[in-house]
Amino acid sequence: MAESEAAQEATGRELTMSRAMVEAIASEMEADEEVFVMGEDVADYGGIFDSTQGLLEQFGRDRIMDVPISETGFIGAAVGAAQAGMRPIAELMFVDFFGVTMDQIYNQMAKNTYMSGGSVSVPMVLMTAVGGTYNDAAQHSQTLYGTFAHLPGMKVVVPSNAYDAKGLMHRAIRADDPVVYMFHKRLMGLGWMPAPEGPKTPVPEDDYEIEFGEAAVKREGEDVTVVTLGLHVHRALEAAEDLADDVDVEVIDLRTLVPLDTEAVLDSVRKTGKLVVVDEDYRSFGVTGEIVARVAEEALDDLAAVERVAIPDVPIPYARPLEREVQPGVEDISRAVWAVHE
Amino acid sequence: MPTVNELQQMYEWMVTARHYEERLQEEYLEGKEPAFDISAGPIPGELHLAAGQEAAAAGVCAHLREADTVTGPHRPHHVAIAKGVDLERMTAEIFGRETGLCRGKGGHMHLFDPDVNFACSGIIAEGCPPAVGAAMAAKKRNTDDVAVAFLGEGAIDQGGFFESLNLAAVHDLPVLFVVEDNDWAISMPPERVTDVEYASERAGGFDMPGVRVEYDDAVAVYEAAEEAIGRARDGNGPTLLSVQVHRRMGHFMGDAQAYRPKSDVEFAKERDSIERMEAHLREAGVGDDEIESIRERAYQRVEDAIEWAKEQPEPDPETAYEDVFTEPAAGMHEPPAATGAPGGDE
Repeated sequence: MAESEAAQEATGRELTMSRAMVEAIASEMEADEEVFVMGEDVADYGGIFDSTQGLLEQFGRDRIMDVPISETGFIGAAVGAAQAGMRPIAELMFVDFFGVTMDQIYNQMAKNTYMSGGSVSVPMVLMTAVGGTYNDAAQHSQTLYGTFAHLPGMKVVVPSNAYDAKGLMHRAIRADDPVVYMFHKRLMGLGWMPAPEGPKTPVPEDDYEIEFGEAAVKREGEDVTVVTLGLHVHRALEAAEDLADDVDVEVIDLRTLVPLDTEAVLDSVRKTGKLVVVDEDYRSFGVTGEIVARVAEEALDDLAAVERVAIPDVPIPYARPLEREVQPGVEDISRAVWAVHE
Repeated sequence: MPTVNELQQMYEWMVTARHYEERLQEEYLEGKEPAFDISAGPIPGELHLAAGQEAAAAGVCAHLREADTVTGPHRPHHVAIAKGVDLERMTAEIFGRETGLCRGKGGHMHLFDPDVNFACSGIIAEGCPPAVGAAMAAKKRNTDDVAVAFLGEGAIDQGGFFESLNLAAVHDLPVLFVVEDNDWAISMPPERVTDVEYASERAGGFDMPGVRVEYDDAVAVYEAAEEAIGRARDGNGPTLLSVQVHRRMGHFMGDAQAYRPKSDVEFAKERDSIERMEAHLREAGVGDDEIESIRERAYQRVEDAIEWAKEQPEPDPETAYEDVFTEPAAGMHEPPAATGAPGGDE
């Protein structure tokens, strides 16, 4: 942590999360001709969420490839190219579209290393946009963090800010395993979908990696531990500030789900004894349950109270009052913190 | 050739749909200019409008009955209008209101009107398999109902499309696949991503007729659809129909279309299927006064629907927990109990 903070202070340059991701991809593509990008609208459009903005101009159509709306085809092709030793980055435009290509993801990409007894590697990045808050309804608003983290064989990365996004992208492209890189639309810094305060950060111009499985303590506190990821890191920090006069809240950003930094969570809960887990995914059988289970297994005696804040088990509705109802907000987090604190 | 009544009906659907999209564009952009924020303004979420694609919907739906099933893609309004979807409740849904078709849960990409057997989906090509299923039900029940799946040309590379064609063909199902070819899959022109020039060529591998309507002429679509739907009703199996249409607007509202040559946008606007339809009406002896009165009636219907929709209440937040199941499971999907507020007044 100290090292990355020093690095952040060393530069005054701030980037949006999308610019930070693009910078890492461009740098890896310059260094290694075997890295290329495939996806729908990644070339001339530059990615619907700006994740490949400007790369076509720099690298040309052979390396920044628009592909047909055929996710099984091109994500499967990325698996094959990766097994042939290249380092493809495939973009699944919305994570919600995984349904049309899940076999290539969970039966091929994620299992081939294991099924081959370790003789095959699949060094690819599957990057994908996640999350709601803009009323895009049930087929375009999910995060599905738990779905991907549940199925073995994929590393799962969820940056919450530009600094992490760059370091995690460098690490993901260099990884010899398949990495699912899940970026939240609301954090990208899009002109048409304003980001909250926080994801735009100073970013060093040099390359750097953030190791997988290292959570970040975003705010230190003594009373209650809030564990979260993605957009909700910022909402949790806002809730912590709102409650600062009454409750001293510690906020942990998991940053990667696979591998998961269980120790960081346990260290915090051993200190506070109170745990709130906040997730923009569905409540049941997901991230919140997993975090609570790990704490129960390893530190049950230290755990005095626990709350989960997540999407109730309903598809994400369209109308504004309905989406607001199911989407965990700052006040929902505050209420949960208050409930365990009492 | 359509009858004069059919010509008038098709024209009315087309001008209703065109005015609807233009008015929704205005409503949608309220509060979003000059700075476009997707969360501002009276209409939530994304909005994909179909101005320039009306001829395909009108020419096909002229042959359909209420019992026939239609599935649409994420750009569905013109098809919904021609299929007879309740315009007021559809509009209320698009504005996210309680009395909308889907109680505010679906939104403009996910409209369901079972009264006229219409549904649409936001996932590319995924309306095709359910259309095949509706056709399967019609065949098993020995009715002469048919199903029609509308999709864009960008969808013809998707697995769900290929699998649907094969399943429909192998069982001789009464289904029509209508590809509205507007030349753009968001930013991608077909020549970059698809290995056939026209979507109708896809039929070649599936033992079914592939027909292309070269211009967005509702009468030409009518004639092609007449044969295809007749074939389906007679038990002779599916057809793939491709119709050249034009995307007069961006992929979604807010799309600056930097990837698209300005000349292409101009071309799309010059190719006006509505003017073409007016020429057909005049040829059939319909006077300008009658054309004007159809247009005015259509405009008024749109204005009334929008006005009604905007007066409707927003849904009660607690209804978010309803409708997950037809038979709700005990203990599930109840609003969470209040756990006390920060500051503590519990």
